Formats: sequence, structure tokens, C-alpha cells
Amino acid sequence: MKKIVEKHSLAMRWFHWINFPVLFLMTWSGMLIYWGNDVYKIVIGGKVLFNFFPEGFYRFFNISHRLSEGMALHFLFMWFFFANGVLYVLYTIISGEWRELVPQKKSFKEAWLVVLHDLHIRKTAPPQNKYNAAQRIAYTSIIVMGFGSIITGLAIYKPVQLNWLCFICGGYHFARIIHFALTLGYVFFFLIHIFQVIMAGWKNFQSVITGFEVIDDKTLNELANEEHGRAN
Amino acid sequence: MEEPINDPGQTPKPNDTSPNHKIEELDAEALLDKQIKRRRFIAFGSFIVLQAAAFGGWKWLANSPEEVKTVTAGAKAPLRRALNQTELFCRRLFSGNHLVKTYPKEMVPKNLRSNSYVGMPDNFNPANWKMQVVKSPTETLTLTIDDIKALPKTELIYDFKCVEGWDQIQHWAGVKFSDFVAHYKLDKQAAMEYVGFATEDKQYYVGIDMPSALHPQTLLAYEVNDGPIPIQNGAPLRLIIPVKYGIKNLKRIATISFSNQRPPDYWAEQGYDYYSGL
Repeated sequence: MKKIVEKHSLAMRWFHWINFPVLFLMTWSGMLIYWGNDVYKIVIGGKVLFNFFPEGFYRFFNISHRLSEGMALHFLFMWFFFANGVLYVLYTIISGEWRELVPQKKSFKEAWLVVLHDLHIRKTAPPQNKYNAAQRIAYTSIIVMGFGSIITGLAIYKPVQLNWLCFICGGYHFARIIHFALTLGYVFFFLIHIFQVIMAGWKNFQSVITGFEVIDDKTLNELANEEHGRAN
Repeated sequence: MEEPINDPGQTPKPNDTSPNHKIEELDAEALLDKQIKRRRFIAFGSFIVLQAAAFGGWKWLANSPEEVKTVTAGAKAPLRRALNQTELFCRRLFSGNHLVKTYPKEMVPKNLRSNSYVGMPDNFNPANWKMQVVKSPTETLTLTIDDIKALPKTELIYDFKCVEGWDQIQHWAGVKFSDFVAHYKLDKQAAMEYVGFATEDKQYYVGIDMPSALHPQTLLAYEVNDGPIPIQNGAPLRLIIPVKYGIKNLKRIATISFSNQRPPDYWAEQGYDYYSGL
């Protein structure tokens, strides 16, 4: 007989789906702000590899000359981004769910095996609980990054009133660079995340909405056999 | 022999074909299906409703009318409300004891950046410059640059920050605004909420909350890099206020006035935050 397996708590699902549009808006308004002084580029060996951002990019997304609007949006949604992030971290600590999320000692070794498995280079993946080693690292990094965005963001936002924070971030100029780089990190995370979610399939995806997965007879049998095989 | 699955106590054995067991199993399965359906319906239903509400909220914000022009203008009304609310929060955080970081002279680059020349028409002669300090509707103080230079001089090397996002370490010198207030006995005026600065042609004007104006690093500056200020950087006297973005650092000051209401502010009329505090 099939079975309901609880996967994601209601709180986790709320945090996730609130964060998604809020982080999107922070990134969007951040781009409106960045346009005002778009000096960052990737330079290798004196050659400009990529310029953030090409004129066509601004034109396509209609980003130009919207600095004041970007700032107003950024300084509104920052409150939601901050509150959601803080509540999420508090929740994982209080509920004990951090145990499923924080990398373990073996995670750093195992993450490679997971990656190799995902790339179809390796047949088997290391055994896991709720999240595999690569997920543990990714989901914890993203929280550390979020923390970094808040710290560097505050350093840029109030460099005089929070001058100590600005100092910790390596000064105003450097804090702005980190703040920007972290956003690139989110975009990178997002692309991989979407790819992985698509690869994992509908059943996995829907569990982030419903909270549960239905495991049928066949899978149950397979799981039992696996368990049996491992015991041998 | 088949392996029992997970918990042999609860899961019926596949070879158990007693009719009672079969019916129980079917009932349980139907119940489970119903439960799954119900939970999925609630979860997806609320998910769609909430995401639609979020999207609707965004649409509402995006289509919200521009604020009615007062001392501020150019922003969407809800965003302006948010800026003003955030200002109230930030003002509680403000302290005159929080100082901007200062730098050694060696770190000052030679090419002083300049930006935006509103309120600075050509054919201006700094030698003829005079400044009006409006003490009251009936009393105005007229000062020359020598009057200002006679006051105690303060130097400041700090990272100037433009709202556009660039920053530059610059070396300014002038009289602290608080020293200026003390010398000309403007205590009554400084007890008001705001101070306003404007250029002679009234094309550029800023309003500063009094705590920021009286911050110990706020200068009426007449020197940069140990020399007079170049015309494009605001000769002969400009505001240097490290607790604000560059947009508030008015060049070529012609009038100073005091008020309990927000004085007009050029960039606050263009959608920018009135406070713009750092």
C-alpha cells in the first residue's frame, strides 16, 4: 500500500515561497541601482571578458534612468528580506531542522560524489537523509550569503552610522563589490537550483508546495530491498 | 519468502488473503487517497491564491499613482510613504558621535571628481560672492568669504559618496557648521528642525535635518586639497556633509535659512529620499 511521507514543514514552505519573490525584487531593484555606477567587469590578463552590463541588457529590461525608483524599492523590500531570513534561521534552530541542513564533516567529501552522480559519471550516490551532501552545502551557503548581503548592504546603506560594520566589510567601496558579487552568486544558485528541480521531477517539486510525497508500493518495495541489501 | 516491508506489525502480508483484511485494506486505501487529494487541494489552492495575491500586490505597487507633489515628488505614493517611514527609523539610529572614517593625505587621488552643475550658471565671479543667512523674516545676515575664513578651520579627509554609487576619498577644509552656528549665535535658529541651503539662482536647493547639519563633520567648505575650491566643485563656499549622499552637498551656497518644515529639496522632487542619510 502507498504511504504519505512528510517532507517539508509548513514553515519551511512559507519561508521558501516568500523569499523567492522578495529576493527577485531585491535583485531587480539592485540592478536599477547598479546602473547608476556600472563599473564592474570581469578582467582576465588585462582583457575585459564581460562588462556588467552591456547596453543591450539595460535596454531589454528597461533598467536605465530608474535609480531613485530602484533605491525606493530596495529600501522597502529589504525589510521583508531581512525579516524572512531572520525568522527562517530562528525556525531552523528552534525546530532542530538545522541538523538536516548544516553540512557534516563527511559532507564536503560526499558532495563530490553527489555531483559526479548527478553528472552521470558515477552510478551510485552516497546514502543521505533529507538532503544530500551537496544540498547541505548549497542550502547552508545560501544562508551565509544572505547574511553577507545584509551585512554588506547595511554597510553601504549607513556607512557613517554603522561605520564599524563598514570597516568589517573592508570599507564602503569593497562592501559594494561584495554586495554585487553575492547577487551574482544568487543568480548562479538559482540557475542550478532550477535545473536540479527540473531533473528531480514533479513529485519532488510538488512536495515544496504540499509538504509531502506519496510513496507507492513499488517504491516502498525498492526501498525495503535496498535496506535489506545494505544490511547484508 | 517475501520480505516484510518496514513494519511487519502494521503492514498486511501480501499472502494474507482473508476477506476481512482485503476490505480493510481497500477502505484504508480509499481513505488515504481522499486524504492525499484533500491535502493537495488545500496546499495548491493556498499556494496559487498566495502567489496571485503577491503578484496582485506587485501590480498594485507598479500601477500606484505618483505622489501628490509637496516638498517631495516623483516617487510612487506607497514608495514615498515607505521612504518616509524608514527615515523615522533611521533617525532613531542617528548619533552625532558616529563619525565618518577619515584617511591619511596620501590616499587622496589628484583628480577631484565633479558631477552635476544645476544652480551653477557660467559667468560667475567668486570674488563678488556673498552669502545671506536668513535669521528671521525680518533679519538677514550678509557674510563674505573672509568672514567665513576668520572662523576656526577644520580639515576632513573622507570618502565622499554619490547616490549613483561611486565614492572618492577627498580632502576638504572649512568651518564646521556647528562652529558657524555658535559664532553667529544662531542657537535659536538651530533649535528648529531643518536648515535649508540654496544657490543664488534658486535652481538648486537642499533641506537638511538639524541633527545631520550639526554633526561634527558637517562643513561649510572653502578649500579642497589645500587650495581654493575649483568653480565646478562649488567655489567659493559649499556644503560638505559626510552623513548625506553627494546630492545634499550643495555647491556655491548663496542662502542659508531655517525652518520647522522640510525646506524644498531638488532631488527629493525627483523621486529621491528626502533624508538620504548615510
